[in-house]
Amino acid sequence: MKKFILKRLLISVVLLFFVSLIIYAIMRCMPMSYVETQAMALATRPGAKSYEEWVKQLNAQYGLDVGVIQGYFIWASKAVRMQFGDSWYWNQPVLTKFQNVIWYSFFLGLVTFIIEIIIAIPAGISAARKQYSLTDYSVTVIALLGISLPSFFFATILKYVFSVKLGWFDLYGIVGRMHESMTPMQQLGDIIWHMVLPVVTISVVSIGGLMRYTRTNMLEVLNSDYIRTARAKGVSERKVVNHHAFRNTLIPIVTLLGGSLPGLFSGAMITETLFQIPGIGYTSDVSIMQGDIPFVMFYMVFLAVLTLLGNLIADILYAVVDPRVRVS
Amino acid sequence: MADVNNKQTEKKLDDVTRVRVLSPGMMVAKRFFRNKLAIVGLVIIACMFLFSFVGGMLIPYSQSQVFYTTTEMRKDYAGATLIDQFQFQLGEGVTLPKDIYSKMILADMQGDSVINSKDGTKLGAEKVGDKMYVLYALTEIKGTPQLLKAYKDLAEGENVISAEDGIFFFEGKADAPIPTFFEGERIATASQMSFTPYSADVSLSLDFCQMALRCFADGMNSFWAEEGEFTMEAEEDSALIQKDGEDFCFLSNMNFNAIGSNVYLTPEYKLTALEAIEEGRTSFEFPDAEGNLTEYEIENKNGQYTIKRFEETKVIATYEAPSGKHLVGTDANGMDLLARLMYGGRISLSIGFVVVFIEVFIGMIMGGVAGYFGKWVDNLIMRIVDVIYCIPSIPLYMILGSIMDYYKASSTVRIYVLCIVMGVLGWAGIARIVRGQILSLREQEFMIAAEATGISTYRRIFKHLIPNVVPQLIVFASMGLGEVILAEATLSFLGLGIKYPAASWGSIINAVNDSFVMTNYLFVWIPAGLFILLTVLAFNFIGDGLRDAFDPKMKR
Repeated sequence: MKKFILKRLLISVVLLFFVSLIIYAIMRCMPMSYVETQAMALATRPGAKSYEEWVKQLNAQYGLDVGVIQGYFIWASKAVRMQFGDSWYWNQPVLTKFQNVIWYSFFLGLVTFIIEIIIAIPAGISAARKQYSLTDYSVTVIALLGISLPSFFFATILKYVFSVKLGWFDLYGIVGRMHESMTPMQQLGDIIWHMVLPVVTISVVSIGGLMRYTRTNMLEVLNSDYIRTARAKGVSERKVVNHHAFRNTLIPIVTLLGGSLPGLFSGAMITETLFQIPGIGYTSDVSIMQGDIPFVMFYMVFLAVLTLLGNLIADILYAVVDPRVRVS
Repeated sequence: MADVNNKQTEKKLDDVTRVRVLSPGMMVAKRFFRNKLAIVGLVIIACMFLFSFVGGMLIPYSQSQVFYTTTEMRKDYAGATLIDQFQFQLGEGVTLPKDIYSKMILADMQGDSVINSKDGTKLGAEKVGDKMYVLYALTEIKGTPQLLKAYKDLAEGENVISAEDGIFFFEGKADAPIPTFFEGERIATASQMSFTPYSADVSLSLDFCQMALRCFADGMNSFWAEEGEFTMEAEEDSALIQKDGEDFCFLSNMNFNAIGSNVYLTPEYKLTALEAIEEGRTSFEFPDAEGNLTEYEIENKNGQYTIKRFEETKVIATYEAPSGKHLVGTDANGMDLLARLMYGGRISLSIGFVVVFIEVFIGMIMGGVAGYFGKWVDNLIMRIVDVIYCIPSIPLYMILGSIMDYYKASSTVRIYVLCIVMGVLGWAGIARIVRGQILSLREQEFMIAAEATGISTYRRIFKHLIPNVVPQLIVFASMGLGEVILAEATLSFLGLGIKYPAASWGSIINAVNDSFVMTNYLFVWIPAGLFILLTVLAFNFIGDGLRDAFDPKMKR
């Protein structure tokens, strides 16, 4: 087991090397509008150097004057020491900005995750119990609707109905207009209130996958031989479903959920941008638009690490949860 | 009853009339068509194709055709200003000193009759009425002091003397011992009035101007000038001058100027406008060239009058509500939304198919090679797959979008780049499926048999292995179509995918980024959103149905 984990870790590190190299190469193709704007601003100051000189100096300062490969190794050697530099657009260290915004995204992700589990797993199981019943069809249709719903379209409809027509929520932002004059408890409530629509959006859009996954696995388990045996023995249907079938369905589900745990930190770029929740997704969206290379580079590598971590957790959990895998 | 039973039992078990043997493909099709959701999906997709491809051909508009509409807009027609500076009517070949404007005001205020301009010329100003002067060029009369004194006595304290043989001016104080004495020659009139001849080709003589001014100042009814006899109908601030019973010239204290470039203001028009202004009305009517009465509005702003009228103006028909002409309305650029939805559908659907084709093509080859050869080839390809899995796609698309923005890629180039990038990033999933399937198939008996008969590697892979993977591929592809369309729509929504003038469903919804459009023009974004939803849903229904049909194990 230890050997397995170690091997997977090593592979992950190698993969991360290549992924970050590719990301860095693409980032270097990004238009340097930030440097140019900065140089333009600096050059207009009284007694300043010319624009070309500033561009040169800034490029050297940001390590943009060396080749892609060399630049990558400079970046990587700093990155392994957790030095991701200063964000250009936000005017603070990348990690500081990251720590400021990540918790909004995590909160958003966590609440969505819990709602998803609470709704999707029971729904998937009840659909599988009576295949081709009305329940099954409606669960399938709802799940597919969720998968097919463009998040921006759904968010817009929510905004239109609840913000514009009913006026219950603000159109944008994480805090209301009166936020500063509230007591700490009210402030918390204000933030939670502003999170409602984003949470609903992400939940509805992402709930279908887990629902279908649960249903498929439950169906598979219900069709297996040991369930038939249990039924033949005369075990009550409730016990068959709740004990024999459900526990076995949990194996792939726990693996999937465990694997998606790191994803709680990845932020929902589209939804956060639409509702202007200052999480990691929205921050990165702004950074991409502004050509803030250090921050975007950090975010992309961060996402890659999360994916690798998710795979690793899923692999380990799979072995932990299912004794059959451990044996082989 | 007994007979019928007997007949049935007589048939053999494998009798053709008794058992219909279905090929595996037919079985799949039968199962598929029994699935109601899948049929709904098929119908929706068929409708979408008809709508986008056939509808696009039938609709008379193109996706980038801009529509215009005419609206009644209040436009400035003419301006009228109260004249508060001296206007000069010059005789032929006369130039006045440059500082005459200020000197004239000065002379008017101080009551001087001789104006000393900076360049040394002296001008005589004969006052004929309130702020009305006739200007003269002066020549000094030299003479003995006695003669001059005599002239002065003749003047009896006046500074200007009109005599039979000309007009004479004194400069200096009346009791000065030896006054300077000038003879004048008429060169101009100065007044705060404007002269407008009735026909455009008449030029007014200086004599006419000065006589008209005198007549107006004295309140007379007629005067003689070089051109003949004129009659004058004077009002408080304006006068109509007629010659031989015909309107000849119009005199007023207002300066009219047309604001449009090809507008000629007739004196009648000015007269009407002036009356309205004097009476303090805010609007008046005047027949236009065709004789129709048109209403004009007057706006007063510190003595500046602006005359406006409603004019038919051609404007782009933005956000026009659905109507018979535009069934879904028009968008921000005045383009027909129905046509854009159709052409957008073409792009969205084509991108879906092209990307899925690229994904399946690369994925099948890579997955097939990895699964069949195993060992280090498998390891290498699977690590590449892992790397591609790790690259965050949406941020990457956004970066690529901004790079294309920077290089100002045309809308066609954007579409191609988008297809290729999405295809290249999407094949990893298919490669995994194909590899997994081939790994399990490789060990089966029919493959051993194929190897034993000595079939070439190429044929073994592509004739025996790949066809067995096709069911999974079809399921994956139909679901993948939906995903790709969704991803493309998201990118276009963010403004990074398909760009104007090309349309896609996502870029049509992009309009909601303006919350005014979101609240007020539902018809702009609702249809496009529904189309995306329906299409993706339909592809998912079909994929789901296909999975069930291919995999009868799932059925009890």
